[in-house]
Amino acid sequence: MCLGMPGKVLEVRDDRGTRMATVDFGGVTKEVCLAYVPDVGVGDFTIVHAGFAITRLDEESALETLAMFSELGLLQDDVGEGGSAA
Amino acid sequence: MGEEVVENVERGQGSSPIVDGPATPVLVGPEGWSCPVPFRPGERVVLGHGGGGRLSGELIDQLFLPAFGAAATAATPTDSAVLDLPGGDRIAFTTDTYVVRPLFFPGGNIGELAVNGTVNDLAMSGARPLALSSAFVLEEGLDLDVLARVATSMGQASIRAGVALVTGDTKVVEKGHGDGIYVNTAGIGLVPPGVDIRPSRARPGDVVVVSGAIGLHGIAVLSVREGLEFGTDIRSDTAPLNHLVEAMLAATTGVHVLRDLTRGGLGAVLCELAATAGVGVEIDEPSVPIPEAVRAACGFLGLDPLHVANEGKLVAFVSPDAADTVVGAMRLSDTGRDATVIGRVVEDHPGGVVARTGLGAWRVVDRPLGEQLPRIC
Amino acid sequence: MRYLDEFRDPDLARRLFAEIESMTTRPWAVMEVCGGQTHSIIRNGIDQLLAGSVELIHGPGCPVCVTPLEMIERALEIASRPEVTFCSFGDMLRVPGLDRDLFDVKARGGDVRVVYSPLDAVGIAEAHPDRQVVFFGVGFETTAPANAMAVFQARQRGLPNFSMLVSHVLVPPAIDAIMSSRACRVNGFLAAGHVCSVMGTQDYEPLVAEHRVPIVVTGFEPLDVLDGIRRCLAQLEEGRAEVENAYQRAVRAGGNSEARAMLESVFEVCDRQWRGIGLIPASGWRLNPDFRDFDAEERFAVSGLTVSEPTACRAGEVLQGLIKPDECEWFGTRCTPRTPMGAPMVSSEGACSAYHQYRPVTIAAGARKG
Repeated sequence: MCLGMPGKVLEVRDDRGTRMATVDFGGVTKEVCLAYVPDVGVGDFTIVHAGFAITRLDEESALETLAMFSELGLLQDDVGEGGSAA
Repeated sequence: MGEEVVENVERGQGSSPIVDGPATPVLVGPEGWSCPVPFRPGERVVLGHGGGGRLSGELIDQLFLPAFGAAATAATPTDSAVLDLPGGDRIAFTTDTYVVRPLFFPGGNIGELAVNGTVNDLAMSGARPLALSSAFVLEEGLDLDVLARVATSMGQASIRAGVALVTGDTKVVEKGHGDGIYVNTAGIGLVPPGVDIRPSRARPGDVVVVSGAIGLHGIAVLSVREGLEFGTDIRSDTAPLNHLVEAMLAATTGVHVLRDLTRGGLGAVLCELAATAGVGVEIDEPSVPIPEAVRAACGFLGLDPLHVANEGKLVAFVSPDAADTVVGAMRLSDTGRDATVIGRVVEDHPGGVVARTGLGAWRVVDRPLGEQLPRIC
Repeated sequence: MRYLDEFRDPDLARRLFAEIESMTTRPWAVMEVCGGQTHSIIRNGIDQLLAGSVELIHGPGCPVCVTPLEMIERALEIASRPEVTFCSFGDMLRVPGLDRDLFDVKARGGDVRVVYSPLDAVGIAEAHPDRQVVFFGVGFETTAPANAMAVFQARQRGLPNFSMLVSHVLVPPAIDAIMSSRACRVNGFLAAGHVCSVMGTQDYEPLVAEHRVPIVVTGFEPLDVLDGIRRCLAQLEEGRAEVENAYQRAVRAGGNSEARAMLESVFEVCDRQWRGIGLIPASGWRLNPDFRDFDAEERFAVSGLTVSEPTACRAGEVLQGLIKPDECEWFGTRCTPRTPMGAPMVSSEGACSAYHQYRPVTIAAGARKG
């Protein structure tokens, strides 16, 4: 129920009192409503669902999460293909 | 070819985009059915019958072939028919009608599709396209300028393909009874001696090669579809593939199967080939070339790139010792520059296609049931 | 693609798999209540790769699957009217009603349109003042802010020809109902990340307190799903039961306050029928009295349209995780994506549809030691 796609805000404008933006998803741009994310501006990343930005993506959190994954299983590097079914 | 159903969804009244599903899904009671959706007499034609998928197949098997009787040959479903001529030559013969909406989309128009599509059907049997006919059904009131643009595109596409437009026909129907333009092209080609390309030649161990990046045509058309419009630089990859096929066949005799990708995408073609040939297919998903913008569009719409329509791309099953040669030859050709190996034909799970995911697990690749619809889930 | 590719890294996935395998002492059962997560699990083969370590149960997280039959019938009734332009998310078009779906209505002349956003429907209403434009407002809490804004804008712009058929459902009451069911086997939950982006995480505290189950707010990419499962298992192994946020980059405990304010002003809580499950009290949203004039059910007088669910389809048991799709006797025989008996076989997020695709692989993978 949550097909939300991360995208980058390229430009912001006003449409009759509603804050709208052009968001880039990686080579594809779409008009998105920013009414629910007043803290999101040009250059920020946001999650878009059904044409609406629902949250700002926190880069620091993302990096922390990835760093945490990298530290996992440091003692298990010889497990090899772990879950690989290839 | 393939994308007419995508456009028709938004045209308004009276159109159903059902492609691969029963016209009326029914909550079935305990009485059994003897086969999936038996053809029900008295039913009407629905849009799905023109989709090239399961409904179309049923219409052919259960209405046309019985009606044609002895006049129809029981041929294996392929893009074009190969006929033996008295002198020993073989010709390939095919026809296709184009009803795409919108008429113009990024990277092309109905005219190019009409020429390239039929040229490609001939090429997939290994034939050298010789000539096309073009028949138009025009709606009264159509802007002559639009018609001129389409016709010009057809001329240019034919020159590019090296094929002649030799005969044709034009009919006009009253306003409201057409869709601007319907084009039918029929084509004939010569199959060189010794060339034998058909699904039943697939062998376990064959390498699966795709001629380049997938998803471009489908995304280009979706980007201008009413209700979905999005910005992108993606353009349709419609192109004639006969020169590419010639280069492949000149390089080796190891090409067993050829099929161009249209609606339903790479997934649909691999499923059809697997089913027709009675073999299994395994692909390595990370190897399938998908442009970032196609991934992005599929991402926010919720589509599977393996099911998005294509135009100027083909898939080949090639004998393993010829694979490197073929890919090398393809990469020298205009339309095969990004040719790549994506999998192989196997003995296991005949008729089924599986993909190894980036995580190393296996998932089944199925035929898309019907129209690819943007989803919220 | 930023914020996506990094969370699909196969090497990091291997670490997470290894960690999960090494930490589990018994095969716990974890349920996700989110169609998007179900899709990710099946698509990436995550449950395949975790088989033996964890049992993943697919809960009623697909709003398409749980939209009650009578709501579908009301939609079909409204969409059939000649003055109506019926707009919907793509997911809903093939969901079977009693004997037809929205595609059929379209085939018989109905003006049915797929839109990407509810604001597109508002735009259509603005462009065609002579048409009654109705939007099918389904979804969980993630989609509700979009739907709320559509109604809000329709009022702002003075569009009396716009209305919405609302069928929103809420996750926490569903979790409560599942945990209260006697046949429940679920040990821990993954909460839907984007639902929590909107609503925050506080609604899950009472559930954890009452049912003593871990609830981990989880994202959607393979690494996110694996991490959510990992944290859930860690809690289970350690005997903890807490609300935990594994999707920090997109979820804050308080959620999105602007969205919640809009939801507050447009919707009110109501009881909802969940297809295949039944009535769950206070598990849905409808338009509140301030916006009732945009309610399509009232405008088209279809509230009285009620139907009972046919009993053959066992979608309910599947949705509650009581049976696996392939344990249903109709699975793959009478009920296939081609001839669906119920919504979970139609929706691409539905567990039955996912299993139908997935099932042959188990055989192949098993033979090869997948």
